[in-house]
Amino acid sequence: MTENDGLLLLALLLLPLGSALLLMLVPSRERSAIIALTAASSLAMFAVSVYVFLSYDYGSSEQFQGVRAWTWMENVGILGEKGIQLKVGIDGIAAAMVLLTGIITMAGTWVSWKITHRTKDFFILLYILAAGVFGTFVMLDLFFWFLLYETAVLPMYLLIAVWGSTRKEYGAMKLMMMLVAASILIFAGIFAIYTEAGLGTFDLEALFSADYPVSFQKLFFPVIAIGCGTLGGLFPLHSWSPDGHAAAPTAVSMLHAGVLMKLGAFGIIRLGFQVLPEGAEFWAPGLLTLGIVAALYGAVSALRQTDLKLMTGFSSVSHMGYVFVGLGTFNAIGITGSVLQMFAHGVMTALFFLLIGAMYDQSHDREIPHFSGMAKQMPVWAAFFVIAGLASLGLPGLSGFVAELHIFIGAFRAYPLVGGLAVLTAAITATYLLRMFAQSFFGEMHPAWSGMREMTWPERAGSAVLAGSILWLGLWPSPWIDRIAATVEGLQGVAL
Amino acid sequence: MNPALDYEYALLLPELILAGTAALVLFADAFRREFGVSRRLLPWLAVAGAVVAGLVSLTYAGRSENFSELLTVDDFTTFFRVLFAAILVVLVLGSHEFVERHVRHVGEFYALLLLATVGAIFMSAARELITAYIAIELLSFSLYVAVSLTLADRRSGEASLKYVLLGGVASAMLLYGLSLLYGVAGSTYYAEIAEAFSSGTAAFEWALVLGLALVIGGLGFKASAVPFHMWTPDAYEGAPLPITAFLSATSKAAIVALLLRVFGGPLLPAIDEWQWMVAALAVLTMAFGNLIALQQSNIKRLLAYSSIGQVGYMLMAVTAVSAETSSALLLHIAGYLVTNLAVFVVVIAVHNRTGDERIVGFRGLAETQPFLALVLTAGLFSLAGMPLLAGFATKFFLFQAVASEGFLWLSVVAVIASTVSLYYYLQVIRQMYLYPPDADAERWRPSVTGLVTTGGLLAGMVFIGLYAGPVFELADQAATALFA
Repeated sequence: MTENDGLLLLALLLLPLGSALLLMLVPSRERSAIIALTAASSLAMFAVSVYVFLSYDYGSSEQFQGVRAWTWMENVGILGEKGIQLKVGIDGIAAAMVLLTGIITMAGTWVSWKITHRTKDFFILLYILAAGVFGTFVMLDLFFWFLLYETAVLPMYLLIAVWGSTRKEYGAMKLMMMLVAASILIFAGIFAIYTEAGLGTFDLEALFSADYPVSFQKLFFPVIAIGCGTLGGLFPLHSWSPDGHAAAPTAVSMLHAGVLMKLGAFGIIRLGFQVLPEGAEFWAPGLLTLGIVAALYGAVSALRQTDLKLMTGFSSVSHMGYVFVGLGTFNAIGITGSVLQMFAHGVMTALFFLLIGAMYDQSHDREIPHFSGMAKQMPVWAAFFVIAGLASLGLPGLSGFVAELHIFIGAFRAYPLVGGLAVLTAAITATYLLRMFAQSFFGEMHPAWSGMREMTWPERAGSAVLAGSILWLGLWPSPWIDRIAATVEGLQGVAL
Repeated sequence: MNPALDYEYALLLPELILAGTAALVLFADAFRREFGVSRRLLPWLAVAGAVVAGLVSLTYAGRSENFSELLTVDDFTTFFRVLFAAILVVLVLGSHEFVERHVRHVGEFYALLLLATVGAIFMSAARELITAYIAIELLSFSLYVAVSLTLADRRSGEASLKYVLLGGVASAMLLYGLSLLYGVAGSTYYAEIAEAFSSGTAAFEWALVLGLALVIGGLGFKASAVPFHMWTPDAYEGAPLPITAFLSATSKAAIVALLLRVFGGPLLPAIDEWQWMVAALAVLTMAFGNLIALQQSNIKRLLAYSSIGQVGYMLMAVTAVSAETSSALLLHIAGYLVTNLAVFVVVIAVHNRTGDERIVGFRGLAETQPFLALVLTAGLFSLAGMPLLAGFATKFFLFQAVASEGFLWLSVVAVIASTVSLYYYLQVIRQMYLYPPDADAERWRPSVTGLVTTGGLLAGMVFIGLYAGPVFELADQAATALFA
């Protein structure tokens, strides 16, 4: 990546923000203009994110690439030289996350064209959310990093409460308050890190290389890990996630489970592993324990759900549990696996939510036992669902397998018992998914659903992009592994 | 000290203009029949006076002089002069229709606002205890009367009476405390008090602690810090809405300016004696202000408790006073004022239309008046410290500055308090966006001045939220002047 590619990283932030601003100027009755604008901007975001991902040079010794900085404020009050900069740049981990966000934002945009209630306002909020997510992944200044991290949470309340379904007010309020409460810890961590570093700058690269006493790192790593982990669905602070996802409208569930939860795990890597490596090493077993408990607990809970979206919500908790297991192994292969899992789970769960939304919009029912024989009525829909499901249970050749294999190997190397439990979780996952397939897709079709139509073309296109990503990562994972491993192996203290 | 009596009145030109405008407004109102002046002219007179005063204030930038050792004119004073003049302009523009309909004695109303602003400026400029006290009383007396001016609302008189009585008690406390300080330090001039403390001529004894406690209690009352806040919700509820806004804006900022001057100056050497008191006050104020706000169903009372909570953040910065925290605090005050005025101007505009003060009265505003709903949402999110808006940036710097002074725990309390506040702000936002308006409600348009002021304030919130630099630098200059 050249320095000029930094401008593209900035574009990733400005595209959604600019689109949101433009949308404000479009009159709300001009539906076709709204659709044209969002189509163009989602394609542009996708194209830029693919370019950014591919152009990240994993052979280079530069860990952060495309670094560009504009001084924002300096030498005023608490701020010293280069106090706050608008500084962009990515490493291999962020590159993968940017691509994920590009894919899901595009698919999420397409499926949201169905929305008829206050369409314009929906897209404005959705793009503010997207700007927050893109921004967090590319930002290398702690102030802007956290500003954008919070920006990603801000629109959630209205997105869920206005456009959601099932118990939407409860779900929205619970999600919002839990996430904002978790941010208290991140605030505390940032204040402490800035004070302890004593550099007078929020530049992340400077903060990575500052010296922190080991006792300080041990004290504040859990603060950061729990604060960010809540957004990542870390057990036992995950409970906003199934309720929030069940209540959210389709595109919001997709973005939220697909990308936003990854922000939490990404935050642990950025602020935890990269700023406080010795604290991370000390607490890694704790992270691993919570991860494996979440994986098992989420899988067992998913087994008990009858609402399709709640099942997927708990399944997300379970799959995010793997991410924390991978991080907790504190060896290169495990952490690489956990970033892979972030991507794999992102596209897979987005596909799940897309498909569930496509069905729910017609049936207004998500109870698994109410359905049967859907494969006959909606074959394309069922086919995509099976792809997502098989990826979820880790079938070789699909994305989930690559990621989980890395995590399992890492876990067996570090703690064989945990490796065994992780494999057990995969078995439970297979149980609830295959049971759901058997109940809903096959057998006699219930006459109540004879009026159900196949997915619309935008939905098919979105599903195809997501399913394509699942297959690509499953069959040819090296573009991801090369980029991620190059960065992970550079993390301080990580066993190779 | 025997200061040379150089009464250089040119230094006080902005205040003279404001007071002169107040007299002019009163005069024009009293003789409007004789001279054929329309009442509608009065707000514009007030605005013109405030604009001129604000512009004149700018010419003092960079200077550091004093008026006979009683008032300082430096960048700190200039900062507040401009801020207070701007508040007056925005408030009058945003509320003149409300005043026409709901306020008795329109002429007196504007005159009192102008005089209260003079008092507020003198509070930020005082460099002598008696002068500071008189400035506080000028502000308070103007407001005692102004609170009672709501037309046809019995709560207004009751609120005013409560405010006067409790205010009197607070003044007595304050005066007693000041006299004890004088007894310990031997002077009422800030500079001499500072010298007495740092040279050790003033003994640290119980009289000092008692004096400080009384001063903090008295000022805490004026700032509506918990546990001296009891008057606040009633006064806010009974007062005409623009006065409620003024109470939560100018009056709060002025008291914080005075606290900074006193505790960052003459009392700084005695920091060990008062720091814990202010810290306790800050924690109580943040905690109770925000917790009690959770139960309110009237928008004025909600905003009253929310402003109490906001005062807690400012007191927290006074606890950890230093040049860095002061500059962050001044930035925060600027952001808070823009945000708070945005909220109040919208509330006033909606009240003009619906006459409803209940939170449920905002039901469906997103459909009947989407722009005002957007501004109010932005304002409330900003008060809660959400990103992209002024509240996030200014709170971030403020809390970081306090943490950097070794008070990480206070910052954490503050972040927790602002998380709690998000919950009750969301209750208002919920009414606007989640529920349909009443069946007979139609789309409506606010007045042009209402649109212009709310639009400007929204732009200000976003500007400070994303690019606080220019304002931060002004605040930093002001704070530097304070610690020069």
